[in-house]
Amino acid sequence: MSGTVTVTTTRPSATGSTEAADVPGSTPKLRLEHVHKEFIVRDAAAGRGARKRFTAVEDFTLDVRAGEFLTVVGPSGCGKSTLLDLLGGLTEPTSGRILLDDSPVTGPGLDRGVVFQQYALLPWRSARANVELGLEAKGVARGARARVADEYLDLVGLTAFADRYPHELSGGMKQRVAIARSLAFDPEVLLMDEPFAALDAQTRESLQDELLRIWRATGKTIVFITHGIEESVYLGQRVAVMTPRPGRLQTVIDVDLAGAADPGGGDGEHDDVRSSARFGRYRHEVWSALHAQTEDAHV
Amino acid sequence: MSSTVTPHAPARGEPLARPAEDTVAFADPPTLGRRQVLTADQDPTPPVGARLRGVGVRVLRASAAIVLFLVIWEVAPRVGLVDKVFLPPLSAVLESFWELLTSGELGKHVGTSLTRAGTGFAIAVLLAIPLGIAIGWWASVAQFLGPFLELFRNTAALALLPVFILVLGIGETSKITLVVYACFFPILLNTIAGVRTVDPLLVKSARSLGLPPLRLFQKVVLPAAVPTIFTGIRMAGTSSILVLIAAEMVGAKAGLGYLITYAQFNFQITNMYAGIIAISLVGVSINAVLVSLERHFSRWRTT
Repeated sequence: MSGTVTVTTTRPSATGSTEAADVPGSTPKLRLEHVHKEFIVRDAAAGRGARKRFTAVEDFTLDVRAGEFLTVVGPSGCGKSTLLDLLGGLTEPTSGRILLDDSPVTGPGLDRGVVFQQYALLPWRSARANVELGLEAKGVARGARARVADEYLDLVGLTAFADRYPHELSGGMKQRVAIARSLAFDPEVLLMDEPFAALDAQTRESLQDELLRIWRATGKTIVFITHGIEESVYLGQRVAVMTPRPGRLQTVIDVDLAGAADPGGGDGEHDDVRSSARFGRYRHEVWSALHAQTEDAHV
Repeated sequence: MSSTVTPHAPARGEPLARPAEDTVAFADPPTLGRRQVLTADQDPTPPVGARLRGVGVRVLRASAAIVLFLVIWEVAPRVGLVDKVFLPPLSAVLESFWELLTSGELGKHVGTSLTRAGTGFAIAVLLAIPLGIAIGWWASVAQFLGPFLELFRNTAALALLPVFILVLGIGETSKITLVVYACFFPILLNTIAGVRTVDPLLVKSARSLGLPPLRLFQKVVLPAAVPTIFTGIRMAGTSSILVLIAAEMVGAKAGLGYLITYAQFNFQITNMYAGIIAISLVGVSINAVLVSLERHFSRWRTT
C-alpha cells in the first residue's frame, strides 16, 4: 500500500522539473488523483428503458514515476481498459483528475502513445506508412517522416518488412509495427492495453523481451495493462493490482527481479527468470491480492 | 540396438535431447530484424511454359460458351431453324457493324451515349459520395434524410422518365437527369455502408493520436470506405448505360438506343443487331475499366 501514494510538493513551474529533479519519487510523470468514472447503462432488471449508474473506476489514486514500467493487472471487466482510455484522454473522468507532468489531461494528444490489443493498423498502409501516421499528426515534414519511421522499424526489428502491408505480416509483427508507431512520435508515456493478449505464447514471450529491451533503450514511461499475472510480474517494476465491480486499485506490489535467474551475472536474456523462486513469490503475491478481493466480494 | 530405443530415451553418450517445445522454430523470433530468418521476397513464379499452358486452358474454358453461342447464331438462320429476316446470321450482322463503324455513324452514336452516361454518372458521384458520407457519419442527417431517400430508392428510375421529360423537356437534360437518378442510389447506399462499417478501433486509435475530425476523415474514414464506395460506383456504371439506352429509345435524335429503334422502324434488321452488339461491348468495357479501378483502390484488402 505504501507504493500507492508518493507525497510530493507540486512545483509552480512544470518546465524542466522532471529533468532537473531526477530524484526517484519526486515529481511523478503521471499522476491519477481520485479518478472516478461512471457510465450510464441499461438496467435490464428494472424494466424497459431503465438506466442505472455503473462505476467502472472508483477512486483511483496512483503516481507513475518518470521512466517507470508500471503494469496494471486485473481480471476482465475490472475497469483496466477504461483506465487506459482515461489516461489516453479518449474519455474524461466523472470526477478526479489525471496529471501528466503536472498539467491535467484534457483529451488525446501526442504526449501519450497508445498500443491496442488488436494492433489497429491501417490496412491500406504499408508498415512504414503506418508508423508515419503519428508523425503526420505531429506535423513532421515528409522526408523526415520516412527517416524516423525507418529508424523505429529498425528498433522493433522490422527493417526488412517496411513495405509490407499489415495483412502480409504475422500477429507479432503487426504488434511490433504498432509499438513502433506509438514510439515514433516520441510520446512521454506509452500506454499499452493488453498488447500481447492476442498472440501465441512463444511470440508473446519474445515480444515481452523485445519490449523490455525497447524500454531500456528509450527510457520511456510505460503503463502496461494486462490480465496475465505472470506477464505483469515479468514486465513491471511495479504491479498495480485492480479488482472489479467497482474497478478499484487493490494494492501496488514492487517487483525486483534483477539477477533472479542468474546470480552468476550475465545479461539474463537467456535465463528463465520465470522459473526462479523469486518470480514465483511475486506471482503468488499478485495472485493473492487478486484472490483476496474475490473472496471479499462473496462475503 | 539403437533402433529399438524409444524416441524419448536419450542414447548413451549423446547429449540429452531437449524437449520438443524448445526446438520448435519460433513463428516470430525475437531476432527477426537482425538475422534474416524469413526471406522477405522469394520468387514463387512458375516456369513460363507452364504459365502459358495455364493461361491457354483458362481462356479456352472462359470463351467456350460465347463461341458456341456465336456459332449457333451463325448456323441457325442459315439452316432455316429461325427466320433469316428477323434473325440474320452473325456474319451479316458483323458486316453491317463494320459498315456502321467505317462510316463513322456508330462512333457518333456511341460518343453521344457515352457523353450522356458519363456526365450523369459524374454528377451522381459528386452528389452521392458527400451525401453518403454525411449520412453515414452523422446520425442526425441519417434520421432526417433516411426515410425520404428510402422512398425514392424504391421508385424505379424508368418510372420517372415521363416526369423528367415533362418537366425538363425531351433534350439532353432529361436523359442526363435520369442517369444521375439511376446512378445516385447505388453510390449513396454503398458510401453510407462504407463509412458506417469503418473499424471503430481504427477510429479510436487515430483519435488517440489527437487527429482533428477533418484529418481523421481524410486519413482513416475515407480510405477505409473506398473499396465499398467503389462497389457502388461499379454498380452505378452498369445502370447508367442501362437506363440511358431506354431513355434514348423513347425520345432522342442520336445515341445507341436511338440507333436500335431507328433501325427497327426502318427494317434495317442487321443494323439493329449491330447496335445491340455495340451496347454489349460498351457495357463490358465500362465494367472492365471500373473493375480494374476498384481493384487498384482495394489492393490492400486480403484475398
